[in-house]
Amino acid sequence: MSETVSEKYALQLRNVTKAFGTKVIANKNVDLDVRYGEVLAILGENGSGKTTLMNMIAGIYHPDAGEIYVNGEKASINSPKDAFNYKIGMVHQHFKLVDLFTATENIILGINDGNKYDLAKAEEEVKNISGKYGFVINPKKKIYEMSVSEKQTVEIIKVLYRGADILILDEPTAVLTPQETDKLFDVIRNMRNDGKSILIITHKLHEVLAISDRVTVLRKGEHIATVDTAKTSEIELTEMMVGKRVSLNIGRSEPKDTCDRLIVSGMNMTNPDGVKVLKDISFTAKAGEILGIAGIAGSGQRELLEAIAGLRPLDSGNITYIDPSNSENVELRSKSPMQIRELGVRLSFVPEDRLGMGLVGNMDIIDNMMLRTYKKGLSVFVDRQPPRQLAEEIIESLEVVTPSAQTPVRRLSGGNVQKVLVGREIASAPSVLMVAYPVRGLDINSSYTIYNLLNAQKENGVAVIYVGEDLDVLLELCDRIIVLCAGAVSGILDGRTAKKEEVGLLMTKVKGVSENE
Amino acid sequence: MNKEIAASEKANAHSKSAPFITITKRDASSLKRNIVVRIIAIAAALVVSALLTLFITGENPIKLFSTVIEGAFGQFRIWGTAQSVAMLLGIALALTPAFKMKFWNTGGEGQVLIGALASALVMMTAGGLPHWLASILVILAGVLAGAIWGIIPAIFKAYWKTNETLFTLMMNYVAIQLIKYFLKVADGSGSSTVGPSLLLYGRLPVLFNQQYMLNIIVVAAMTIMMYIYLKISKHGYEISVVGESENTAKYIGINVKKVVIRTMALSGALCGLIGVLLVGATSYSIDPNLAGGNGFTAIMVSWLAKFNPIIMIFTTLLIVVLSRGAENVSMTLGLNKSFSDILTGIILFFIIGCEFFINYQIHFNIGKKRKEEAEDNGNN
Amino acid sequence: MAIIEQIVELLVRAVMQGTPLLFGSTGEILTEKSGNLNLGIPGIMYIGAISGVIGGFFYQNYTSSYNMILAIIIPLLSSLAGSLLASLIYGFLTITLRANQNVTGLALTTFGVGLGNFFGGSLIKITKSDTPFLALSKISAAYRTTLPFANKLGLFGQLFFSYGFMVYLAVVIALIVSFVLKRTRVGLQLRAVGESPATADAAGVNVNKYKYFATCIGGMIAGLGGLYYILDYSKGIWANDAFGDRGWLAIAIVIFAIWRPNVSILGSYLFGGLYILFNYVSVSMNLLPLMQMLPYVVTIIVLVIVSMRKKRENLPPASLGTNYFREER
Repeated sequence: MSETVSEKYALQLRNVTKAFGTKVIANKNVDLDVRYGEVLAILGENGSGKTTLMNMIAGIYHPDAGEIYVNGEKASINSPKDAFNYKIGMVHQHFKLVDLFTATENIILGINDGNKYDLAKAEEEVKNISGKYGFVINPKKKIYEMSVSEKQTVEIIKVLYRGADILILDEPTAVLTPQETDKLFDVIRNMRNDGKSILIITHKLHEVLAISDRVTVLRKGEHIATVDTAKTSEIELTEMMVGKRVSLNIGRSEPKDTCDRLIVSGMNMTNPDGVKVLKDISFTAKAGEILGIAGIAGSGQRELLEAIAGLRPLDSGNITYIDPSNSENVELRSKSPMQIRELGVRLSFVPEDRLGMGLVGNMDIIDNMMLRTYKKGLSVFVDRQPPRQLAEEIIESLEVVTPSAQTPVRRLSGGNVQKVLVGREIASAPSVLMVAYPVRGLDINSSYTIYNLLNAQKENGVAVIYVGEDLDVLLELCDRIIVLCAGAVSGILDGRTAKKEEVGLLMTKVKGVSENE
Repeated sequence: MNKEIAASEKANAHSKSAPFITITKRDASSLKRNIVVRIIAIAAALVVSALLTLFITGENPIKLFSTVIEGAFGQFRIWGTAQSVAMLLGIALALTPAFKMKFWNTGGEGQVLIGALASALVMMTAGGLPHWLASILVILAGVLAGAIWGIIPAIFKAYWKTNETLFTLMMNYVAIQLIKYFLKVADGSGSSTVGPSLLLYGRLPVLFNQQYMLNIIVVAAMTIMMYIYLKISKHGYEISVVGESENTAKYIGINVKKVVIRTMALSGALCGLIGVLLVGATSYSIDPNLAGGNGFTAIMVSWLAKFNPIIMIFTTLLIVVLSRGAENVSMTLGLNKSFSDILTGIILFFIIGCEFFINYQIHFNIGKKRKEEAEDNGNN
Repeated sequence: MAIIEQIVELLVRAVMQGTPLLFGSTGEILTEKSGNLNLGIPGIMYIGAISGVIGGFFYQNYTSSYNMILAIIIPLLSSLAGSLLASLIYGFLTITLRANQNVTGLALTTFGVGLGNFFGGSLIKITKSDTPFLALSKISAAYRTTLPFANKLGLFGQLFFSYGFMVYLAVVIALIVSFVLKRTRVGLQLRAVGESPATADAAGVNVNKYKYFATCIGGMIAGLGGLYYILDYSKGIWANDAFGDRGWLAIAIVIFAIWRPNVSILGSYLFGGLYILFNYVSVSMNLLPLMQMLPYVVTIIVLVIVSMRKKRENLPPASLGTNYFREER
């Protein structure tokens, strides 16, 4: 299937294999051919090995087996520096910039070309590159003063400055507004027309179709196919990505006995950097239904949930909880998580950052169970008996794969970590359950376990708030969907009748207003 | 999974094949292996120390060894050793809750000294009070002063993230200068200590006719209580959560600022208590060198024990036995007494270094490659 | 006129007191800029001092000839070698073996102070002297040689030209380090290592190499502070614990100077001045300790103000105190 190794290709991979530990095989016998002057999209689900593969080309990891050829010659890439020598540069999803430095200082960092160190000249050069490809950047601006898209621009210029002919972009659009994405694509086209090869990792199909010349699909670490973009369709790509056409078939019961449980009105928030992140948000979460929250990453989802959970202060607005036992209103604004619990509000929250916030990685399952309840009682000592029981129960009922309840949670796999976390949050019999990206990084089975748990909660009369990124899931799971765009509510839809395009449109509704400004 | 990721350690510009050495973080190391690694490290340290001593003194090694043992456990030395262990262990225990919270309290020395100073002030002036009341005041003053010395940097850390390592470090020297000032003012003679002739009141009781007994009992109780406090108290649990992840602490509603300040108050107060013991129950005198650098050594003792109070008994013993042994060696051989510091330093270097072999795994790829090639040949 | 003379004398003494602090703080700044908080600097300064003293001792006592150049060069090189070895211990443990920086630094200080006092004491014994100190008068004379025209220039000469060469060397090194950090490629990359080693690594900067070089060169610079103190300031006399806690004061100045070597020149002289101010103002000797406390209090205040104002440029290097391991990013 793959071509012979030749200088007709900018980059070729042959039989590249990489394993982490003994269990996880990230890439298996992957072949790849990249032409000069093309945009090659690398498509695959979470955990399909896209980023690992790219990291090997960029010198971050070293393949366990297999070869990499650049311009038809076998290349030995053991470090990012080696990769630069082969004119390969990668823009990571998490920017690697020194906050304290200016754009130019970051761009020239690590370059030892033997020339005199001349910042002014470098700034001039940065301006030239910007002009050539259509970037907008102030070379003297410090990184900590920059927006996300500006930082990304610095990252790309950094790679171009080093004369890279092969650019790898790891999910570059994840942090961008639609308008910024369009700008980025213009720049990418300019680079392609300049003869550069661009590998772009993404799992957004419409972007793949919009920007790429060819698409390589990875699944479970293996190369599935490489096709010409012009000759393929979303459906075909999806099939290759997931293996077979999977109808999600998430069960969804009709909500019954719904009543208002949580009323958010006029919520405004400014983050510590002075950016307005929530703008006049109002909605009602009802008991007995799942309320979905859709939006591009960074549209205010995290801030919204954390504000309700008492983790971030609001500029203005109210968060009113209606107590199911006596229908009294309880105001949650400006209350700490501890105070909220002391008010008898049964609010559970599964945060996006599982091991950094929801759980303590170095503690065992039992101690993690105790996080919410350790303070109960007047004793100065903790009682580990109830959490031990709870841990055993969750391990059994949710089929958590772990050596024992005494195992530190950081040693569990992603799906099992999530089961532990969701299990704990549900165990406190919440009346409001907020979950953020609960199936991110999980395999299909674990995902369904989570969907079922959420549905069960809904049927028990819990008001579930679900923040998700996968529109198909949102549309099949949620009763109502709120769409956030740049920190504001751009629409509230019925989950049963809403169209995917409709949601997509609302997510990108506020044209011309960048969320990062 | 992240921990398993084997990245090439050396940038490795020379070799054109796989990197020669890769280092990975060990997921979990068996207890047995950990102990073996540490024993090897200590043995190696002892060998190096012995060789060094041999080189400098030319004595025969057996005699050196017996001199060390004699220095630590000899008839006239054993109580002194017990006292040293008690004081060093006491400070290490005091620092431990702060360290578990990832608050680098390098101010143990100053917290001990300021506690001692406050006690000394009471001991000098509490003439009109009944003895029992004076004694209580001696204790309270020292504990309170230590707590204040701990709270000050904690407040700034909690509210403004002021670097606590540097802050507490500087507080040491403020305390030292305050003691020097006290010496000038209290004892007009210009002497470098204020001694028993001035610190008369509220001395703590001597138990069982043994000067150091009270200290030993207090520290033994402290060890058990600290173990319990960290292991099963709610405060101990909060300390662990804050130390592991401040975000998680906030998420579940722990008041992080309160925990930081409270824990440092405890840490400082216990250091202050050691100061009380040093002045009020041991020497009845005070000078800037009262803590003898134990505030710093205790940091290493606590860290080497992985913040476990029980293991801390052994790390303290190790340090104290070696330094008192070395002290004896230098005394009998007429060497400068600083010799024991050199040996302590060497032993610490080895133990500090050996942690690497407990936490990380080293793979030599050359060996692996040869093996693979051999297998390939076998297959062909 | 007398007052002016007194002030000049005070300033001169402040410069002399401040010079060991300047060496120490410059060295520590360079080290900390790479993210390594080397609390072993006080120990390294002792080692730098004793190594130089040992070199000088053997040159003075075991050679019959005397050559001023050699009298300077031999102690200087042996001091640098001693500091380098001590820094390598710290570097190997924290960079290669990734040991905790605080613990390693403190162990090194214990070791270094012990080493200094031990060999100092041993040398005293070798000389079979009755006094508890060691005097390297000839070597010291070389180190204290001033420019010939200094005396002819009156107060001006006294203020600017009355010092041994190491006083100027300290200033020159501080300015060079300042320049390198701010205006060169090496400085940019070093600062990147201290701010965000993962970023520097990704950009192709050899993080470990920079950390090693910064730690070792920084240690060598700091060690010169010990050497200056003994051979110039103390007129070649080594006594037990002579160097005192100046190493910690040097670390304080790093904070005071908010990690800028050029500011540390002023900071060192200021702190040096505070050390000896009591000689010049008519206060009771009793207040001396309180005056010596001032530098630490001032440092704490600076540390607090900097952290309250949160100006990014003034904060400690972001990775200070933490080790870098590529896997952990």
